[in-house]
Amino acid sequence: MINESLEFIMAGRRQRQRRWVLVTGFLAVLSFILCGAMLLLGSTIYPVKDVFRALTGEQLQGVSFAVNTIRLPRMLAGLFAGFAFGLAGNTFQTMLRNPLANPNVIGITSGSSAAAVFCIIILHTSGGVVSIASVIAGLATVLFIYLLSRGKAFSVGRLILIGIGLQAMLDAMISYLLLVGAQQDIPEALRWLTGSLNGAQMHELPPLVATFFIFAPIVILLGKHLSILELGEQSAASLGIDTDKTRILLIVSSVIMIAVATATTGPIAFVAFLSGPIAKRLVGVGFSNVIPAGLVGVNLVLGGDLIGQFAFAYRYPVGIITGILGAPYLILLLIRMNRKGEL
Amino acid sequence: MNSSSVTKNSQQSLHIPKNFRMILVICFAFLGICVIASLALGSRVVGFNGLIDGLFHRNIDSYEVNVVRNRIPRTVFSLFCGAALGVSGALMQAVTRNPIADPSILGVNTGASLFVVCGIAFFNISTGNEYIWLALVGAAVTAVFVFGIGSMGRGGATPIKLVLAGAATSAALASLVTAIMIPRSYVMDQFRFWQVGSVGSGTWSAIATFIPFLIIGILIAVITAPALNALALGDDVATGLGVRTGILRLLAALGAVVLCGATTALAGPIGFVGLLATHVIRLILGPDLRFVIPMSAISGAMILTVSDVCGRLIGSPGELEVGVVTAFIGAPILIILAMRSKVGSL
Repeated sequence: MINESLEFIMAGRRQRQRRWVLVTGFLAVLSFILCGAMLLLGSTIYPVKDVFRALTGEQLQGVSFAVNTIRLPRMLAGLFAGFAFGLAGNTFQTMLRNPLANPNVIGITSGSSAAAVFCIIILHTSGGVVSIASVIAGLATVLFIYLLSRGKAFSVGRLILIGIGLQAMLDAMISYLLLVGAQQDIPEALRWLTGSLNGAQMHELPPLVATFFIFAPIVILLGKHLSILELGEQSAASLGIDTDKTRILLIVSSVIMIAVATATTGPIAFVAFLSGPIAKRLVGVGFSNVIPAGLVGVNLVLGGDLIGQFAFAYRYPVGIITGILGAPYLILLLIRMNRKGEL
Repeated sequence: MNSSSVTKNSQQSLHIPKNFRMILVICFAFLGICVIASLALGSRVVGFNGLIDGLFHRNIDSYEVNVVRNRIPRTVFSLFCGAALGVSGALMQAVTRNPIADPSILGVNTGASLFVVCGIAFFNISTGNEYIWLALVGAAVTAVFVFGIGSMGRGGATPIKLVLAGAATSAALASLVTAIMIPRSYVMDQFRFWQVGSVGSGTWSAIATFIPFLIIGILIAVITAPALNALALGDDVATGLGVRTGILRLLAALGAVVLCGATTALAGPIGFVGLLATHVIRLILGPDLRFVIPMSAISGAMILTVSDVCGRLIGSPGELEVGVVTAFIGAPILIILAMRSKVGSL
């Protein structure tokens, strides 16, 4: 009898594991295809062989410049930023047990952007200082929202409301900064406000890549704990998890990844919000959806960029495409949550 | 007998708050100061003599006098817009029975924006008179949509559900607005000036267009105020008191949409004035809507005018759009409301 039910449970687990491997594999392959498409497609479509030769360092007339200088940085920026957005968004959503609690909705992205715009326009700095300021501002925003929303009893609903209010203020501040800014600083500042892979350059990528390889493993390794945290504070503590330390580590890593990714590509609308729920849908319950969420993020950014570049007569930046795809989903999700009474 | 007792009851129930007259006097005094500040201050500060000359001596023609005269329509316009936004906020809060309701938070402004952008992009519309109808339709459709989503499920329209529905809808519509605007630079040129949310566009003709909507909206607000008081006790109680809640909600929401839609059409999206105005008044006068609605008009006018003056002083020699200023002053109110509310009522 016991053996039977054990067998049953094991079979279910194997089935879920198979599904996880299948889904993750599929997402990885799709990402790979999209990466390839980013390199192959453009105003001129080069054959695979030429692109490959250009990538390995051969000098080919026209191909080398188009692929190595324009398409490769664009692809890499999308790849790493997408993964970072997906991971970080999913972390917030899982930890706060509410898909609406993500960096886009509660104003963390706006906090980073406001700090960056302040550095560019008022302090006239650029490069690394701006990124560091935006990381600090992102963390400060999280801390601020958390402290304000603590009250007598912590409530995610209150946290989201406060985040929305804070976001309105930060956006107002950004508008003010853009108004007083000198004309020549405006284009650089605007990059912080619209998500786009246009103009991604090779020399801007190292900070993003380095941050990614330091903090993404932390989030992925803690992913198992994340799904236990989802059970609630007490269950997690009784299962032997240092909840505070895990939570702080996860939040700090996520915010740093978001801020640095935003520094490279601008806030690409809704990627951080969409990745988690989509991955959860694909993977199902029972297995950590950390890596799938990151891969979904990559697919959204690269797919959105390809659609934006080639599907219309006008070249839209990727943020517009993900915005249009993501917004209806946000509303649908809200309707579903309201029906179930989850708010 | 019966009717006389009803009148007696309603007379009794009109409980005039303590010191109401004094509060009224203080409010009007403040309003007067706001008006004077709005006429005198700006990137060019006009002295007392210039102010008097500009207002009362028609035959004098100097630089200062012209500055003051140019600021008159702007000031009147900001007073009217502020009043409209204040009343609109009070109505929305009463209809949704929810302290966190404001045209900007519920996404109604963005709905109006989307319709105006579509009008500019697809139907070559370019005058304020045409904007106004588009903005009204956009505001109405969005209001219905947001309220529909927000009131789904258990517990009806709770603050958190409404705000989230508003924020989500706002985000959705904003990305549509950007998508329509980006490839069409001519739309961007026209729309950019409209979108900033500024009363700087206030001209006498804009005011003339605005007045009928303002009158209709405020009339609706005043008529519905007593019944809305009953609605505050809950739908069941209101029905028991003889209020037809469906029609009442519809009428009051219509008033709110007319007011904020017309304002948005002419001045662009300006947020948080309704929230701020109503809560300040409620703090002083208590919850009776028969006082809150008219006084919200006054406090709204005051807040918008002061914000406009601040924007002009901070942004000097240019100006900071009033929409930015009101967001900066008003958003903390939203945060404070969220902090104070009990977990259960979210």
